[in-house]
Amino acid sequence: MKNYETVIGLEVHLQLNTQTKIFCGCSTQFGREPNSQTCPVCLGLPGSLPVLNEQVLLSGMTIGLALNCTINSLVKFDRKNYYYPDLPKAYQISQYDFPIAKEGFLKVETGGQVKKMGIIRAHMEEDAGKLIHSPETKSSLVDYNRTGVPLVEIVSAPDMRSAQEAYDYLTTLKLLLSYLDVSDCDMEKGSLRCDANVSIREQGVQVLGTKTELKNLNSFRAVKNAIDFEVQRQIQTLEAGERIIQETRLWNEEKQITVSMRSKEEAHDYRYFPEPDLVPFMIETSMAEKARQALPELPTEKLTRFINDYKLSLYDAGVLVQDKNLAFFFEACVKAWNNPKKITNWIISILKQELNARRLTIAQTKLSITHFTELIQKVENGTLNNLTGKEVLTHMLDTGKDSATLIQEKGLTQVSDDASLNTIIDQVLAENADIVHAIKSGKENAIGFLVGQCMKKTQGKANPKKIGELIKGRIHNVSSS
Amino acid sequence: MKLNELTAHEILKGMSEKCINPADVYRSVREAIKTHDPKIHAYVHHEDDGIAFDEKKFGRFPIPIAIKDNICIKNYPTTCASHILQGFRPPYDATVIKKLREAGLIFLGHANMDEFAFGSSTESSYFGVTRNPWKLDCVPGGSSGGSAAAVAANEAIWALGSDTGGSIRQPASFCGVVGLKPTYGRVSRYGLIAFASSLDQIGPITKDIEDNALLLNLIAGHDEMDSTSADIPVPDFTHALTKDVKDLKIAIPKEYFVEGIDEEVKTSIFDAIELLKAKGAQFKEISMPHTAYAVATYYILATAEASSNLARFDGVQYGLRAQPSQQRRTPIIDLYEETRHQGFGAEAKRRIMLGTYSLSSGYYDAYYLKAQKVRTLIKQDFDEAFKSFDAIITPTAPTTAFKLGEKTSDPLSMYLSDIYTISVNLAGVPAISLPCGFAKNGLPIGLQIIGKPFDEEMLFRIGHAYEQATEWHKKRVSL
Repeated sequence: MKNYETVIGLEVHLQLNTQTKIFCGCSTQFGREPNSQTCPVCLGLPGSLPVLNEQVLLSGMTIGLALNCTINSLVKFDRKNYYYPDLPKAYQISQYDFPIAKEGFLKVETGGQVKKMGIIRAHMEEDAGKLIHSPETKSSLVDYNRTGVPLVEIVSAPDMRSAQEAYDYLTTLKLLLSYLDVSDCDMEKGSLRCDANVSIREQGVQVLGTKTELKNLNSFRAVKNAIDFEVQRQIQTLEAGERIIQETRLWNEEKQITVSMRSKEEAHDYRYFPEPDLVPFMIETSMAEKARQALPELPTEKLTRFINDYKLSLYDAGVLVQDKNLAFFFEACVKAWNNPKKITNWIISILKQELNARRLTIAQTKLSITHFTELIQKVENGTLNNLTGKEVLTHMLDTGKDSATLIQEKGLTQVSDDASLNTIIDQVLAENADIVHAIKSGKENAIGFLVGQCMKKTQGKANPKKIGELIKGRIHNVSSS
Repeated sequence: MKLNELTAHEILKGMSEKCINPADVYRSVREAIKTHDPKIHAYVHHEDDGIAFDEKKFGRFPIPIAIKDNICIKNYPTTCASHILQGFRPPYDATVIKKLREAGLIFLGHANMDEFAFGSSTESSYFGVTRNPWKLDCVPGGSSGGSAAAVAANEAIWALGSDTGGSIRQPASFCGVVGLKPTYGRVSRYGLIAFASSLDQIGPITKDIEDNALLLNLIAGHDEMDSTSADIPVPDFTHALTKDVKDLKIAIPKEYFVEGIDEEVKTSIFDAIELLKAKGAQFKEISMPHTAYAVATYYILATAEASSNLARFDGVQYGLRAQPSQQRRTPIIDLYEETRHQGFGAEAKRRIMLGTYSLSSGYYDAYYLKAQKVRTLIKQDFDEAFKSFDAIITPTAPTTAFKLGEKTSDPLSMYLSDIYTISVNLAGVPAISLPCGFAKNGLPIGLQIIGKPFDEEMLFRIGHAYEQATEWHKKRVSL
């Protein structure tokens, strides 16, 4: 078998999180009653006309800037003509020859190195409606709520060389987009969709092979699996002496295969032409400046700053930055209590696991910054032991109450008065005379076992450090009892 | 004179002097519709439902008005005189309708037109032809033939039409009334069912210039629902009526007086020029070298836009829905094909095919793009002329109204009847047609005055000065 190189380019459709649709004032909210969020404009009723939502333009510019693109100062829309029942005007208003952004790149960490993936263009367009097929009645229904929801399509250069690179590109892109706060990037809700263009060529050959376009990729995992499958299919096709046909193929999640949908010969002629209902205009420099200034701190910048300002390790800073909400939570906590190292430990080793277990983001919980930092301080100064601290945190996540209230409610106060502790220690020492003997004859490590027994008896409420000290004192200096 | 034969400014004056009751005017117009419309057929929908007039409360302008069937009236049948929009009642008012409602106008119904405004004779209407009130075996012009005929036949005091390549001015000329195509962007297109979005404009059709200025006052202005409407101040157009034409510089483009023009039309136009000269206007012949390319350019651009604008009529959401008796392809493609097959007339299909062709990959550059470039050249002809002149005067149409059926089998000769009006739409400038005489056959002749962008005032000024010295606009048809 020959050596093949894989070439992948991705098209990402991003639904913007603007309040209203791209060309009318209808709400963009997801999951509402079908056709409740429509008007003559997004229904494409005869005589209605589109008017551009300025927020969409701003988001488009923001995305372009974050992807290091050149912004086209001429804003122009075009019509893409095709028939489909979910497209009420039988054309989609999109951007053809003057996309809002062009010629940028995204730096992606993949396979242990940073690779610059080219961005060919990003353009604004309107989403189509949704068809609901009813096999029982042999009919189809159309929900136009999604019609006119703003989209930005981001087209990468064919710079990816493996399914893993494509996967890493997508996660990096998604993280970047989450920082821009332009979309909720939720593939399940369809607010982020991805098509992949895949081709192979013999190692060393410059000319691109014939590509296929993969659709129906419903998760990043699906993107990866579909590409892997498609690459193997293409290799087998070539090895069998056949040719790759330029076509669109659908990913079948169940069977984990790609299936031919339509070939190039059947491809649409979209008959693009300038949208006469929207007059082209130049972006004012003040608006371009506004977009540039509104650009938030991007993940890579934040990472560097966390390492430099808070002396975090690359790993810790990376974990925090991976989750925008967590990164913001971290910084707010540091502001409340200046101890970045401890806060990082708590977030990464405890809080994050609790969140993962609950499938929640930090924003979705009731946890307050003050309560969280107070809790860490209580553990640090010995008021609570680690275990109790963790328990208090789980209650905080669920109830939003502060540690003092929770400690009282749950009877979690640490047992730390010497009298009660000594009673317990007496019992334990009596029950474990052989261990005490062993310790006395030099097996210091066995103290841990006795501490554990005491903790058991206090149901974990005691301060283990203190118990350890008391036991040591008792064994080595009998007179203290 | 009967009440329905009055102009709006006469009615308004009568109202202020308490000698005219608008309810009587309305009844008189309704009576005329009942009596004459069976033979004229200016209306396609004139039933009361949804637009009934409350005699007890009327607004500032209780003027009965006919609306072209491509302008949306909320909950009222709006069909573009096409089978494909059968049963369509828009859930919203066009911006012009909203404005007219606020001003208190009384809607009489929807006026006939060429299907989707594709034509120059109103013969392509799915609902049948409209006849020219001056001569019943002649066409009223088109595509706003119903609107012009309604005003000429005194079946409406005012009418709204739409003009993409002459569709207000040519029927106004054929019917002996005043029709204005405002500057592109002067009047909101929101709610006008699009033919060619970059060319369409709604405009007033009235019995004289003063009424035209009054009606433009009511419909003009920026609309945030229409990105192509101009955000510039709107003057009171009636102010232009007090000014004379002394020392105005008016151009006569020689390309508009070559072969094909009717001698009687030519004579009437030059009579009008002489009259204005006598009033102090200065005339000079000029050349507008790209005039010859206007019709070809127009039919590429207008049909390209139309092919896309009409794609939405697919049987899915509203209007006609048809399925073939036997499945041919997939159910949805069958639905599209059969609906459009049954729903569109021959001219609509012709234009959709022409436009689809010129936008197709491989032909786009040679047709659409080329035509866009020529459009720029045509516009430059006007820019150049308006550097030295206040207005341009031409005939509105090369002939008077032609016979019904005369051109239906020859689309090209039909297209050429708009030869003097089309350039104006391509350039986006305003132009008005007003009566300037009658041919021996008894049919009216129209004079076209073309102005600078957003200078409709100049058109009213010259037109009004001309009317002051003539009686053509006072002639009423006897039916």
